[in-house]
Amino acid sequence: MNDMTPIQTTLKDWETDQEVRWCPGCGDYAILKAVQRTLPMVGADPRNTVFVSGIGCSSRFPYYVESYGFHTIHGRAPAFATGIKLANPELDVWIVTGDGDGMSIGGNHTMHVLRRNLDCQILLFNNEIYGLTKGQYSPTSRVGTPSPTSPIGSVDRPASPCAFALGAGARFVARGYDVSKDLPEVLKAAYAHKGAAFVEIFQNCIVYNKDRFDDFTAKAVSADMQIMCRDGEPLLFCKESKGLSLDLDTLSLKVVDVADGDWQGAGVAVHDVRNRSLAHMLVEMPFGAFPMALGVIHNDPAPTFESAVVAERASLTAGKSADLSRLLSKGQTWTVS
Amino acid sequence: MATLAGEHGTDASAGDAPGVEAVVVRFAGDSGDGMQLTGGQFTLSTALAGNDLATFPDFPAEIRAPQGTLFGVSAFQINFGSQEITTAGDAPDVLVAMNPAALKVNVGALKPGGLVIADAGEFDRRNLDRAKYAQNPLEDGSLAQWDVLAFDISALTLEAVKPFGLGNKEALRCKNMWTLGLALWMFDRDRKPLVDWLRAKFAAAPVLAEANIAALNAGHAYGETAELSGPLRKLHIDPVPAEPGLYRTVTGAEAIALGLVAGAQLAGLEMFFGGYPITPASAVLHHLVKMKEFGVTTFQAEDEIAAVCAAIGASYAGQLGVTSSSGPGIALKGEAMGLAIMTELPLVVVNSQRGGPSTGLPTKTEQSDLYQAVYGRNGDAPLPVIAARSPADAFECAVEACRIATQFMTPVILLTDGYIANASEPWKVPDPGSFTPFPVEFMTGNNNPEGKPLPFRRDARGVRPWIRPGTPGLMHRIGGIEKAIDTGNIDYAPDVHQAQTDARRAKVDAVAGAVPPQDVALGEASGRLAVIGWGSTFGPIHQAVRRARRKGLDVSHIHVRHVWPLPHNLGELLAGFDRVMVPEMNTGQFKTLLRDRFLIDAVPLSKTSGQPFAIAEVETAIARFFDDIPDNEGGEVPVGDTQLPAPEIEQP
Repeated sequence: MNDMTPIQTTLKDWETDQEVRWCPGCGDYAILKAVQRTLPMVGADPRNTVFVSGIGCSSRFPYYVESYGFHTIHGRAPAFATGIKLANPELDVWIVTGDGDGMSIGGNHTMHVLRRNLDCQILLFNNEIYGLTKGQYSPTSRVGTPSPTSPIGSVDRPASPCAFALGAGARFVARGYDVSKDLPEVLKAAYAHKGAAFVEIFQNCIVYNKDRFDDFTAKAVSADMQIMCRDGEPLLFCKESKGLSLDLDTLSLKVVDVADGDWQGAGVAVHDVRNRSLAHMLVEMPFGAFPMALGVIHNDPAPTFESAVVAERASLTAGKSADLSRLLSKGQTWTVS
Repeated sequence: MATLAGEHGTDASAGDAPGVEAVVVRFAGDSGDGMQLTGGQFTLSTALAGNDLATFPDFPAEIRAPQGTLFGVSAFQINFGSQEITTAGDAPDVLVAMNPAALKVNVGALKPGGLVIADAGEFDRRNLDRAKYAQNPLEDGSLAQWDVLAFDISALTLEAVKPFGLGNKEALRCKNMWTLGLALWMFDRDRKPLVDWLRAKFAAAPVLAEANIAALNAGHAYGETAELSGPLRKLHIDPVPAEPGLYRTVTGAEAIALGLVAGAQLAGLEMFFGGYPITPASAVLHHLVKMKEFGVTTFQAEDEIAAVCAAIGASYAGQLGVTSSSGPGIALKGEAMGLAIMTELPLVVVNSQRGGPSTGLPTKTEQSDLYQAVYGRNGDAPLPVIAARSPADAFECAVEACRIATQFMTPVILLTDGYIANASEPWKVPDPGSFTPFPVEFMTGNNNPEGKPLPFRRDARGVRPWIRPGTPGLMHRIGGIEKAIDTGNIDYAPDVHQAQTDARRAKVDAVAGAVPPQDVALGEASGRLAVIGWGSTFGPIHQAVRRARRKGLDVSHIHVRHVWPLPHNLGELLAGFDRVMVPEMNTGQFKTLLRDRFLIDAVPLSKTSGQPFAIAEVETAIARFFDDIPDNEGGEVPVGDTQLPAPEIEQP
């Protein structure tokens, strides 16, 4: 079609002339920068890249990336992305959504894009609050979250986006947070994954849910309360003084102390991104007793939806020609003379 | 036999040649009796015999209702004849009733003096109880106003298929073929196409094929050899003089699928069809799945919303996005259609209407989604609406929808209904070479010498360029928020919203300049009464107007394809008539539209019983305009006048 000679880009090439309209200090700025920093590193091509979003603060994202962009309707970005990718599998499709957009009104589409395994990157900005509608509790808000619609604290139990994604059959699940220096590394892995890559990004809403994630992102506690999962590396945290070990009696993870760097001696598990059971355990760890699992938690590629659709079409149409005249006169006919 | 004079009895009395011009036959049985299949095959043989025809399948919403019950009755009506047929007929001349329930539900519609063929073997106490008959109607004289032929079709079928060693249940399944054989004999039809079809259908089970063929032959032979006097006799109906050419039968759903494929080809595009199963729209998807060699991608989405959103996504990426549903699904697609209007992307939305509101009457027909199509979105959200009048017309309408969608960068709604989707009629196969292509030109170069490309710069017709992602140098963002002129950047300043609202409306209004002027389907271009319709009411209106004109009444038939925007000359055309009547299968939606657009005193004729108009109903309504009784016009068709009873009405 067009000349697709690979091009080299810089962060600047991915910036639009539009004034960014998020609140000053919003975590979205950091995520935008991380994405714009990642795109040149992975060799992405602006003319071949499409950012698709739904509705919410996060969904303004496409306006700020110098590529093709489609700001759609609430919750439906995965469905638009499916049409885009099936129409042109050559495109790099990114879905930007939030906890309200992707887990509430669009939960159904999130589920189906994951189970079908459409090749795309899904960035779910989780700030545990509805920002654009002024601070109501969201499907990821913790029980007791005070808000305009829950004056004495919300009563419904939150959903866990990563557990949901795994339950829906996601083959790539990762976690990061807005100001994390590791975020580009996670985004790079998501981009490299062929299939639906689901990335939950904790994001600080400084107006309605300020510092919600400080209990693991604040400098003072981050080393103790985060565990960065890397394939083939031991699951260590707290400056390698602690690790996660599999308790064979309960078939669950437990925190163990590591003395003198002897993690093997302490029974610390080695992260395996293809191990689905481990992924489930990592995303379900109760925070507090356990650290927050970040990084690439699961990565086990499977055939993609668009390739299956293309193959199905090829098999259904093998040996057939697009002869309209023949199509129209199919079946039993008669001639009037 | 005078009783088989058919629905054109009035024509005969008006001095036409005597004899049988048209006959209406209704096959009715239990949902499991294969009546739709029997009707379908009878239709095919009728078409092959060169008769014109129209059909009306009428089946319950339940997949398999309890056997023998009144609400489990499934029926198939066919009107065929030696002159142009445009409706499935009013009252049947012949009713084939495979059990007591089928008789009870349908016999009331049968013409006085009509013929009942009943399977006496099914009229046992159990089935009579299920049909709530205290006594056997075949024996108690209650059917005196009709000719009744009752014989044990079940036993005759079992006898015929005995050599094939089938189980009792399987053997009885051949009953419908026995009945079909008899019907083929009655109307002098060739059995060979049926035999070929059965051999192909049961290729994997030759015994079943041969058993069914034996039943078919036995039914035929029964008519041939049994010395049945009186009503049962062989009738030959002459072929209709038709335009020379190649013909086939086509249902509305298939015609739409074919029209969409042809439309995409004429636009030079691949097609993306997003659908979600719903009655009676699913058939369009079923047909398209078999046409993938024409650059068709089909996507069975997780819901109606995803189906339309994926179609819009595909349009954004440069294909022709299409989605299809019925009223409830169209309601769910409303917000996404608004986005397609706002982002000005092509999209074809097919609505196979059914009775509403809510789940309503899933398998029954209605035209009550007109307001939904024209007005049913948030904000000022205009889009073109086209309505198909018949199964064959649905082909051209689908092509037209593709043309307008791609030429004007707009979603288009194509209205059809359950009647058109399921019914079939003969169709003169068009020559693809005769179509005028309307190739799409994507924007490939920057349209702004001074800077960044302008995705919302309109051309002289008010249409924006279509830019495919993947095109170098034309990166841009679109979305549902109000946008600046030319650049499409977010901008909801008061003057911008005013200007863009006006521009979106002007663009859709301009479609009226790109469609043919409204013609008159029958009659003069001015006069005392115009009967104006849209959609599947074409047949009954046309026949009713034809009959009224033969009686000397000054009445014309106008049938509108372009429901929105209306053709430029329509207001002037209607102004040439003293009175205007609008028959509709709703409470008067198009009537309101016409009143609003043209400030005319359009009078409604409403029918909302889930059944198409009978010719007689429209004819009676027309006559009232000429009876000099003031204020006696239009109104509502009383349910009692309904000629095709809906099985649901009889539900206990």
